[in-house]
Amino acid sequence: MDLTPLLLSRIQFAFTISFHIIFPAFTIGLAAWLTFLEACGLITGERIYRRLSDFWLKIFAVTFGLGVVSGIVMAFQFGTNWSELARRTGPIQGPLLGYESFTGFALEATFFGVLMFGRDRVPRWAYFLACLMVSIGTSLSAYWIMVNNSWMQYPTGYSLAANGVFIPDDWSAILFSEAVRTRFPHMVLAAYVTSAFCVAATGAWYMLRGTAVQEGRAMAVMGLRLAAILVPLQLLFGHLVGDYVHDRQPAKFAAIEGRWNDEQPASEILIAWPDPKNERNLFEIAVPYLGSIIGSMSLTAKETGLKSFAAADRPPVAIPFFAFRIMVGCGLLMLAIAWVGTWLSFGERLVKARLFLVATSLSFPLGFVATLTGWYTAEVGRQPWAVYGELRTADALTPVLTTGEVAATLTLIACIYALIFGFGALYIYRLLRAGPIPRTDISLFGTNPKRPLSLPGASPGVTGGAGIGD
Amino acid sequence: MVEFWAFALALSILLYVLLDGFDLGVGMLFPFARGEEERRRMLASISPVWDGNETWLIISAATLFSAFPPVFAIVLSAFYIPLFVMLAGLILRGVAFEFRYKATLSRPLWDAGFVAGSYAAAFVQGAAVGAIVEGLPIENGVFVGNGMSWVSPFAIFCGIGLCIGYALLGACWIARKSGGSLRTFGFAALPKLMAALLAFLVVVFAWSLAIRLPVLARWTERPLLLVCPLIGLAAFAVLAQAVRSRDDRFLFLGGAAIFLAAFATLAGSFLPYMLPFSLTIWEAASPTTSLAFLFWGAGIFVLPLTLAYTLIVYFVFRGKVVGERSY
Repeated sequence: MDLTPLLLSRIQFAFTISFHIIFPAFTIGLAAWLTFLEACGLITGERIYRRLSDFWLKIFAVTFGLGVVSGIVMAFQFGTNWSELARRTGPIQGPLLGYESFTGFALEATFFGVLMFGRDRVPRWAYFLACLMVSIGTSLSAYWIMVNNSWMQYPTGYSLAANGVFIPDDWSAILFSEAVRTRFPHMVLAAYVTSAFCVAATGAWYMLRGTAVQEGRAMAVMGLRLAAILVPLQLLFGHLVGDYVHDRQPAKFAAIEGRWNDEQPASEILIAWPDPKNERNLFEIAVPYLGSIIGSMSLTAKETGLKSFAAADRPPVAIPFFAFRIMVGCGLLMLAIAWVGTWLSFGERLVKARLFLVATSLSFPLGFVATLTGWYTAEVGRQPWAVYGELRTADALTPVLTTGEVAATLTLIACIYALIFGFGALYIYRLLRAGPIPRTDISLFGTNPKRPLSLPGASPGVTGGAGIGD
Repeated sequence: MVEFWAFALALSILLYVLLDGFDLGVGMLFPFARGEEERRRMLASISPVWDGNETWLIISAATLFSAFPPVFAIVLSAFYIPLFVMLAGLILRGVAFEFRYKATLSRPLWDAGFVAGSYAAAFVQGAAVGAIVEGLPIENGVFVGNGMSWVSPFAIFCGIGLCIGYALLGACWIARKSGGSLRTFGFAALPKLMAALLAFLVVVFAWSLAIRLPVLARWTERPLLLVCPLIGLAAFAVLAQAVRSRDDRFLFLGGAAIFLAAFATLAGSFLPYMLPFSLTIWEAASPTTSLAFLFWGAGIFVLPLTLAYTLIVYFVFRGKVVGERSY
């Protein structure tokens, strides 16, 4: 494979966005989790919710900071590496991404200060409200990102000017398109499930270690029960996203299914080794009729295969095919853990089920893996288009880039990210290992979306920033 | 609508230059401070505000992308390598703020990152302005140069000039915000930096005449522009007087006024072009549907809110930095 500016730019974008998505996926869920804990505390008045909330707030602060820092490089890449995309779709993507950062500043910034510094300065209900606003803020940020990405998947509400620029003429069509309606809940649920499993895994770990057992048990039980409701809901929305892909991005759907030829009725390939060169699958295991049922809810429907599309318009098969299966596999595994755990959680069986606790404590990556592979399915499946059916990825690239330049920036970013996220991960691990022991130095870990390039930590003056959120 | 967003963009860039300018400047002066205690107090003077200052870079970028996408596309691709260096520099700076206190053995490493990041960011911004003033190779609204197009002796000289300018702002800030030896340090640095900046401005002006920069034609067309350098000179005089009498009340405002004058000069000679002389703000602007969509949320709600937030932070942290952690 030749190292072209196009390939390297795609690797660079994939690298930065893969790193980045880990943190929002966690913070959206954690913000909701904190809101939930505050609500429980308000209603029942039990002190344990306060301890849990204080503990997870520290983790939230660190992940939030890392998410903001890693997001900044993303925003600039639209201009540096994908300047043709920026020029042509700027009138649509510019305001959408602009609103994402503006929303972050307006909602999250203000109330984040209250969260970090206001625990003892505002009444409990106001603190709950601040949590709720941060949670709404992070979800709203996700909404703008999903609108933007969904428009690239399923462009609508625009007209094309003579110089190739996309002019928006129906914002409500863009904001509430079919794709947004299914993909936004799918992403938010992914974040919730991911966080629920992180919470449950942390709780299980404490139960196994025998430290903070009461808090650990509360985390495990709450995380698993939440997941037991959220995972089936997520599977439902996943199916709805699949329906939209089936109707609007048939080439992507065929790649996910690994279906080369039109079939009627179609079978569903469970697993295979796609062989793109010869346009066939090796070692295929398929279930007859199931493909038509999944695709069209019928036993007789005709399903489109990849060969119906010109070779130049087909996405690569292997990545969407395998990424999708890994995602679904993680989902089913999480469903099993959540349901078994919920069943064990009634009564005192959970603490005795050591093997199950080990499995749960190791399950924290599942949500992240599912989120990442889901995005790989969506993004690689959209290829060779940047804006589906309208603008090819190759034409979206900055025309004047050279291989050497992109290789240089890719190396630079990789080094910087390794440094920052290495230390970030170390921070989070230390916090988790220390456990939910009451502490007074929470404000040391404060960061703030108004302070986009700062990592949370104990720099002089951050404690002095307590006044900001007043 | 176009005017509103052009104004909003200019305002956020100006705020970025003034605000991040002084904390980048503090980063540049950092290695010249004596001992760990002075360094800590230097950091303490900017740590409550520096990252809020950099918010304005993000707001500028977001506004540029939304309201003037062709310019966003041209500028970011024309300065490909320097921009990544700047981002890396800014990130390293941000990390160093927190990590130098956690580290013991590796502190010199984080400090080096902090200083190098400050210089890199300032240099790239100055060089970018220089290259834009000289004119980028643009055809039909698309950048047609290459990765090295921005490099010229003039642009590099402008990069050095902005480093001096930011260092001046940084010295003003240090002298204003601290007492004792650090205040003396700030006042001692100011005369040298002022002389350097004045020399830079004179040379840049002569150089522009010598290479017949097209921008200069604007000065004969718009004699009113001459007011800007005069304001700048007046600010220099005020600053010199303040330094002589060791009066720190108007120190930072004096430094800011020099920047304001330079900014107004540039803006005045560019308009109505955004990139001289290839794209006017009208040609570069997004269609009205986009600008209006942006206006009714971000324009009338978020921008004023962020401005208010910035003011509140500076109000909360007004006055001198007494100890390392109290304000």
